[in-house]
Amino acid sequence: MIFAKVIGTVVADARVSSMGGQLLRLVQLVDGRTLEPRGGIYVAADVTGAGDGELVMLSSGASARKAGNLQNAPVDLAIIAIIDEVAGADGVIYRSTRKDGVV
Amino acid sequence: MILCQVVGTAVSTRKDAHLQGAKLLVVVEVDPRGQALDKGTMVVIDAVGAGRGDIVLVATGSAANLTPQTTQSPVDATAVAIVDTVVSSGQVMYSSNS
Repeated sequence: MIFAKVIGTVVADARVSSMGGQLLRLVQLVDGRTLEPRGGIYVAADVTGAGDGELVMLSSGASARKAGNLQNAPVDLAIIAIIDEVAGADGVIYRSTRKDGVV
Repeated sequence: MILCQVVGTAVSTRKDAHLQGAKLLVVVEVDPRGQALDKGTMVVIDAVGAGRGDIVLVATGSAANLTPQTTQSPVDATAVAIVDTVVSSGQVMYSSNS
């Protein structure tokens, strides 16, 4: 899995039926040590309800479809977790401001 | 999934039997504003009725086989949705109407 930041939303009404009403979010991959943008921007199915700006964990390929109701959806990338906290060698480098987080 | 713009179509007569009736799209990957990235082109199966100029969502790998047209096909990239809008930081980055 990899970390990414949610940076937006993709609306696409004309879609194959197997996609259902799946929420699609725009994500920017980030470096796991600095959390700075590193890598491309992709579209991921979201089973967590992540908001703009939140740090999330992505799963890719066939594994991504084990999340939520994605079993038969033509999806190769999914947001499977909203990250509460990240710590590196120098301590905590990220802490979510989300109200329902456990941190 | 990645955002791509349809830049052309392709036709094939002699092909794997599973590809019978499949529409082939030539696409380039684009950024959230719909601007082409310098990554070269790909050929994808059209599962949504997309046309030239449309921004589409392309699923790759085994996900490409999870549409009615491609369940048995030996394909690794399928256009699964036509993008209406892309919004980032409250701003419309791309709209199919403009």
